[in-house]
Amino acid sequence: MSTPETPPPADASAAPPPPAERPTGLRAYSELGVCALLLAVGVLVLVDAVTMETVASVRGPVGPRTVPLIVGIALLVVAVLLAVDVLRGGRGEAEGGEDVDLSEPGDWRTVALLAGVFLAFAALIDPLGFPLSGALLFWGSAYALGSRTHTLTRDPLIAAGLSVATYVVFHTLLGVQLPGGPLMGVV
Amino acid sequence: MDVMLSASSASSLIDGFGTALTPLNLLWAATGVLLGTAIGVLPGIGPAMAVALLLPVTYGLDPTAAFIMFAGIYYGGMFGGSTTSILLNTPGESAAVIAAIEGNPMAKSGRGSQALAAAAVGHFAGGMIGTTLLVVLAPTVADLAVDIGAPDYFAIMVLAFIAVTSVLGSSRVRGFASLLIGLTIGLVGLDQMTGQQRLTFGSLQLSDGIDVVIVAVGLFAIGEALWVAAHLRRGGQGAIPVGRPWLGRHELRRTWKPWLRGPVIGFPFGAIPAGGAEIPTFLSYITEKRLSKNKQEFGKGAIEGVAGPESAASASAAGTLVSMLTLGLPTTAVAAVMLAAFQQYGIQPGPLLFEREPELVWGLIASLFVGMVMLLVLNLPLAPVWSKLLRVPRPYLYAGILFFAAVGAYAVGGEAIDLVILLIIGLIGLMMRRYGLPVLPAIIGVILGPNAEQQLRRALQISDGSVTGLVNTPFAVTVYAIIVVLLAWPWLKRLLPSARRSEGRRERVEDGG
Repeated sequence: MSTPETPPPADASAAPPPPAERPTGLRAYSELGVCALLLAVGVLVLVDAVTMETVASVRGPVGPRTVPLIVGIALLVVAVLLAVDVLRGGRGEAEGGEDVDLSEPGDWRTVALLAGVFLAFAALIDPLGFPLSGALLFWGSAYALGSRTHTLTRDPLIAAGLSVATYVVFHTLLGVQLPGGPLMGVV
Repeated sequence: MDVMLSASSASSLIDGFGTALTPLNLLWAATGVLLGTAIGVLPGIGPAMAVALLLPVTYGLDPTAAFIMFAGIYYGGMFGGSTTSILLNTPGESAAVIAAIEGNPMAKSGRGSQALAAAAVGHFAGGMIGTTLLVVLAPTVADLAVDIGAPDYFAIMVLAFIAVTSVLGSSRVRGFASLLIGLTIGLVGLDQMTGQQRLTFGSLQLSDGIDVVIVAVGLFAIGEALWVAAHLRRGGQGAIPVGRPWLGRHELRRTWKPWLRGPVIGFPFGAIPAGGAEIPTFLSYITEKRLSKNKQEFGKGAIEGVAGPESAASASAAGTLVSMLTLGLPTTAVAAVMLAAFQQYGIQPGPLLFEREPELVWGLIASLFVGMVMLLVLNLPLAPVWSKLLRVPRPYLYAGILFFAAVGAYAVGGEAIDLVILLIIGLIGLMMRRYGLPVLPAIIGVILGPNAEQQLRRALQISDGSVTGLVNTPFAVTVYAIIVVLLAWPWLKRLLPSARRSEGRRERVEDGG
């Protein structure tokens, strides 16, 4: 409010606030993907509800189908309404945050890398045990997120320390058994 | 009657202090407020994500200890969040947005210590007054609601669904999309009444349903971490260095009234499903601006604009607990995740909670008072120390979030497939943040959806299928009337030009921040 007024453009009468930079062309309509997803989920829910085997012992007038039918139809309606909104130029507001810089285009490579690291962790936790695979998860994620200066020194040490400490805390304090794996078998 | 009631809640509160002041529970309260403050200061982690990540502790702790810790995190997150807003000017928690407007200019002009002190004492005052109101009002509300039945419960849940989608956010259709995603996730598994499989596709894994811990961690932690990863700010801004918070006599004269006014606005807004602290902090801000003798200072660092809203924020957290404990109605994301924790223990929050679990409820309430004192002691002298947390390297911070999210999801059932489900839900959370679908309706849909369906079917069973069975109590009719007003609000709002103008101004303020 104390910011100096920007010089008004030629037709100042209806000067809208400067719009945030928007991608053009196909990417501008990428939000239609959300509509497609809602539509697909809606169809899935409806098909599941309709093909449900009817149980003889339904108690009360409302069976297990009713709510899925309502949710499924509502999903289809919302998908259409959202598509109309997007085609009319409505855009969902991307969420901000302390560490979020929306002026740059999304870095989807990092996201893919993180998802890969996470899936690798899911695949390795049973054969390798938690301490080792957990350390790999932390180390790999930090690397994907741009930690480069200590890749082979500080990062693996922090990862190993965190992973082993978590294993011990969960095991002793909470009684939740995380798999130790061959490494813990040796220790 | 009233006197008797307050006398009985006074003695219950004393019993509660007996629970809260045992060494072990004091330790859990201290852990909660320490974690909460750290989490509030750390960028990227909000109290909802923190409680979600800590849901696995419900497997090992008794409920009283767990909730004392969760409540400490909730209040502590508010204290810590304002430190970040004031020193960094990029608020993460919505409750702390307003603190940045006046607090950051204060810090820039060398009055950061006063801003931090005004915020900390404001939180303390708001929390104390709010919690006192909670003590006075909650048993009364629980008493009034004690014989509500299935149709009333169903009405309350519909109110929660409509309120979180309609009051919050800029787009209703996106709110409803989010709610429906949550309701769909809640449908997966065996139907509770008939055992019918729904959306399981013959998978044994899915017939148990998707555990609410996995949904909460996926939406709040994985979704957030991936979203930040996609837009990570390179070469972050430095925090403004600051000394020990203190207030001179001159500032005290300007802040004591806003501290006391804040809770009046904050508490009622916390209790209704209107999005927690966001609206009351803003209302408190414009109130203080209107009442202040130093109007020209607003926008450049007026201390009233820090004191009032921060007090309102903490009081709204207390208001939130009233509706969560007495009606089982979560009005904020933190309350929703705490409700999930109650479900983990098989405890149903609601009017009967005060009768069935007096030790838990009153121990929790008493520990709020204890926690507020701890937070004041922690935050007033130590704010400069806390602000050092802002230097944590971001790769470590977000890698740590992913790590603990993975641990939490695996601890649910010890199955690697849960991690894959967690990642899928996290990707849904990422999409929601990218396209402006609010997360709160989805989580409320998952948590309340199955319960709402049961109440609906129970109500219709009693009325033998007649829809009138849903509206045959005055309570339910009142709630549906509120829902109609909420749904008609965009049209009603046009009749209130002043409210619209100030909302436009608020959006500009947030854009500038």
